[in-house]
Amino acid sequence: MTEEPQAPRADGDAGPILGRFAGLDRRPLNLDGLSQEDDDAGLVAFESRHDPEPSIEIDDDGRVVLLDGVPAGRFDVIDSYIAGHGIDTAVAVEANSLPDLELARLIVDPATPREVVVRLAGGATPAKLARVVARLRPVELQMAIAKMRVRRTPSIQAHVTNLLDDPLLLAADAATAVAFGFRELETTVPVLGDAPSNALAVLIGSQVGAAGALTQCSIEEALELELGLRGLTTYAETVSLYGTERVFVDGDDTPWSKAFLCSAYASRGLKMRVTSGGGAEALMGAAEGKSMFYLESRCVALARAMGAQGVQNGGIDAASVAGSVPGGMRELLAENLLVMLRDLESCSGNDALVSESDIRRTAHTVPLLLAGSDFLFSGFGSVVRYDNMFGPSNFNGEDLDDYLVLQRDWGVDGGLRPVTEARLREVRERAAKAVQAVYRELGLADLTDERVAEVVLAEGSRDLSPLDPTIVLEAADAIQERELGILDVVRALEHAGFREEAERVLAMGRARVAGDYLQTAAIFDEQMHVLSKITDPNDYQGPGTGYEVTPARRLEMANIRQQRSRQDLLQRQAAGAAGRFRLVERGAAEPGVDPREVCVGVSPALATRLWLTISGLPVGEALRQILAGLEEEGCLARLVRVRATIDLGMIGLTAARLAGSGIGIGLQAKGTALIHRRDLPPLACLELYSIAPLVTKQMYRALGTNAGRHAKGLRPVPVRNPSTEQAIEARYHAEVVAMVAVERDECLPGAPPVELEMSR
Amino acid sequence: MKCRALSGRALADITLEAAAQGDLSAADLRIHPGTLRRQAEVAERHGNPQLADNLRRAAELTALGDEELLAVYEALRPGRSSRAELEAIAVRLEAAGAPSCAALVREAAAAGARRGLLRPG
Repeated sequence: MTEEPQAPRADGDAGPILGRFAGLDRRPLNLDGLSQEDDDAGLVAFESRHDPEPSIEIDDDGRVVLLDGVPAGRFDVIDSYIAGHGIDTAVAVEANSLPDLELARLIVDPATPREVVVRLAGGATPAKLARVVARLRPVELQMAIAKMRVRRTPSIQAHVTNLLDDPLLLAADAATAVAFGFRELETTVPVLGDAPSNALAVLIGSQVGAAGALTQCSIEEALELELGLRGLTTYAETVSLYGTERVFVDGDDTPWSKAFLCSAYASRGLKMRVTSGGGAEALMGAAEGKSMFYLESRCVALARAMGAQGVQNGGIDAASVAGSVPGGMRELLAENLLVMLRDLESCSGNDALVSESDIRRTAHTVPLLLAGSDFLFSGFGSVVRYDNMFGPSNFNGEDLDDYLVLQRDWGVDGGLRPVTEARLREVRERAAKAVQAVYRELGLADLTDERVAEVVLAEGSRDLSPLDPTIVLEAADAIQERELGILDVVRALEHAGFREEAERVLAMGRARVAGDYLQTAAIFDEQMHVLSKITDPNDYQGPGTGYEVTPARRLEMANIRQQRSRQDLLQRQAAGAAGRFRLVERGAAEPGVDPREVCVGVSPALATRLWLTISGLPVGEALRQILAGLEEEGCLARLVRVRATIDLGMIGLTAARLAGSGIGIGLQAKGTALIHRRDLPPLACLELYSIAPLVTKQMYRALGTNAGRHAKGLRPVPVRNPSTEQAIEARYHAEVVAMVAVERDECLPGAPPVELEMSR
Repeated sequence: MKCRALSGRALADITLEAAAQGDLSAADLRIHPGTLRRQAEVAERHGNPQLADNLRRAAELTALGDEELLAVYEALRPGRSSRAELEAIAVRLEAAGAPSCAALVREAAAAGARRGLLRPG
C-alpha cells in the first residue's frame, strides 16, 4: 500500500508534469490496471460484437437443436450440457420471443411475482438472459436482486486462514468469525499437505460459541471431496465452471465430471455450490471474443443444468479483470442477479480485493450490501489481510468495524454483529483449547498452553512465535493415514470435556443424514434451523414486504462498541473538574467605563458543568491564556457569565456591550471563541476561532492579545484558523452535541449577565 | 416418515452418548438414498427439476464406496478414459443400481468423443 505508483504519462504529453496530475498519480487508485475495451480479447463487460444473437429451436421430440446461433452438430461441451439439461423447453419459445426490455421490466417490477420471472428465465438461453440483464441500470439491478434472491434472510461467508496453518489460530479465528455472525467459513492452505489439519481445526473452531456454521476447505477437487466424505468439512464450493470449452478443459474437468461431482457430494449429504465469474476466460486468453457477461451467463445456465444448488460469482479471482473494463463493476453485480434469476443460491463475490482504492473497493460492495443477498460475501476476509491465503478479500479483518458501522448507517442486515472483547477472548480461548485437546486425544500433536495463550491474544500469525512446520504436516498426514473423520472428532471432544462442541459437531453430522440443507440456499441458524428456499423463501414484493430487520436485530446492529451515550461522552468532563479553579459569581454585571477594559463573556456551563474544551484543554487554562494576552497589552480584563444564551455571537456581543472599551471576548466551554465589538450585529465579529478541537493555548493567548489591540484602536493581524484534513465534524460532533445539551440545560433565558471572579 | 441413516439407524438415535461409546460407525452418518429421493421430490415440487435429477443421481451413488466414487469422477475428467472405458463404467453403474449415473457417463462419452476429449483407445 505504501509504494509509489508510477506515472506513465500514457497520453504522451512532453511538458513538465502538472502538480494536479502528480497528486492524482499518487492516489492508490492509480495502482489499478485499467484496460481499454477489446472485443477480440474478451475484454468487454457486456455485449461484445462477437456475442451471438439469442436464438433457440426445439425439434418435435423436445430436443434443443439450435442454441444461441449454434446448431446441435457444432455444440461445444457447454452448449451440449445446457441444451440437454438446462433449458425449460416448455417456456423456451415464449421466453426467448419476449422483447428484451419487456423481460427486463418484469425482472425489476416488484408487482411481478418472483415465480413468474423464474419460470421465464428457465426458458431463456444464455445469450437472451445476458442481453436482458445488460439493459438494467445499477439501481434496477439492486431492485431485481432484492426481489430475486432465493433466501429471505441474508447471510455472509468468511475466509479463515493463516500463514502458518497454525491449527490453534485457525480454530480461534473460526470461533471469532462465528462470534461476529459469519455462517459459512472457508479455509485453504499455503501448503497443500496441511489441508486435513486445517479442515479439522476450522470444523472444531466453527462450533465454539454457537452451533451450525458450515465449513469448507478449498483445495484440489479430489482431495476436497475426500475431506468432505469423511465429514471434516460440511460444504464444498471450489467446483469451478468456465464459459468456454477451452478454459473448462484446461481446468481439468468437463461439465459431466463436474455434474458427477455435484452428485457425489450430495450422495454423502454434503451441500455444495459451483464457482465461476466473469473475466476468467479473458485471463486465460481463451474468451473467444465473447463478453464477460455472456460467458458468465453460460456458466450460470450450466450450473443450473448440472443441478448445483448455487453459484459463487461476481467478484472472485478474475474480478479485477472485469473491474478493469468499462461497466465492469456493474457486470460483477449483474452476475449475482443471473444466479438468482436461475433460482439458485447466490454466493456473491466481494471475495477478491478488486482495487487498491478504498473508495473503489467499497463502491463495489455497497450496492449489493444494500440490496441483500443469500451470501453478501463469498469470503469476507475475517482474518487480517496478510493471513488471508486466498489473497486479500475486498473486505478484511481490518475492516470489520467499518462493515459493522455500514450496516448501522443504512439499517440493512449485512449478517454481522458487534462482539465485545470479553466475548471474543472467551471463544478464542475455548476454540484453541478444544483443538489442543483434540490434537492430544487423537495423538496428532502436542500444542502447548503457552501457544494457546499467544493465539488468544494474537491479531494474526505474525504475533505468534515460530511454529515448526512439520508439526502441522505430521498431524495432517496422520489424519489422512488413519482416515480420521467426524466421529473421531466428536469422540475426542467429548472425552476431553468439550461436550457442547462435541454435540454441535455431531449435529453437523446429523444434518447430512437429514439432508434438508441440500436444498437451495440452505444455511443453519444458531438454533440449527435450516433457512433455505424451502423454509425461508424470499417474498419481496415492494415496500413493506420481504426481509425485515427486527427491532431486536436493529438494536444488536446499533450497539457497536464505539457507540457512546451522552453520559459516556461527558465522563471526562467530570474528571476535568478536579478542583483547580472556580468561577465565583459576584452579582449582576454592570457596564464598565474604563476604555482599557475588555470583557470576557463565558457560556452558561463553562466551569459549572463543563471543564474541558473539545481539544481536552482545561477551560481554566484557556481563560488564563486569554487574560494573560490582555494583560500583555496593558488591558483590564473583566469576567462575566452570559446566562441567557448559548449562542457565541450573543455571548461575545453581550460582553462587548459591558466592556468600557466596547470590545468583548466570547468563550464557549467547548472552546470556540471570538472577539466582538459592541456596534456590530450579533453574527458579525472581529475574529472567530471556530475550529475548537484545533485551538491551542498559544491561540487563546493571541486571542487575548488581539482583543487588547482592538481595544486600543489598533488593527492586529488576525489569527488564522488552522486548516485540517481531518473529518473533524465526524470526530467531534457526537461530543459537541452532548456538550451543547449541557450548555442548553444551564442556560437561563432572560437572566442578566453576572460578574465572575476567578479563584484557584 | 422417520428419517434414517444409510445404516438404518434412526436420526434420533445418532446421539453423543452413542458416539462416545463407540457405537456409531461412518454409515450412521451417511445419508440414506430414500432421504435423497425425498429431497429430490421437494426440489421438483419447488420448480428445480435439475436439482432433483442431481439428488436422484446422488441417491444412486450412496451404493458406491468413497474410493469408487473418486475413481468414477477421475475417469470422467478430460483425457482420462477411452470411450470403451467409459462404457464399461456405465455398465458397472447400471449393474450397481445407478442407471441415471450410467446415463450421465454415456452422455459424457458421446460428447467427449465428438469434441476430442477422450483418451484414444
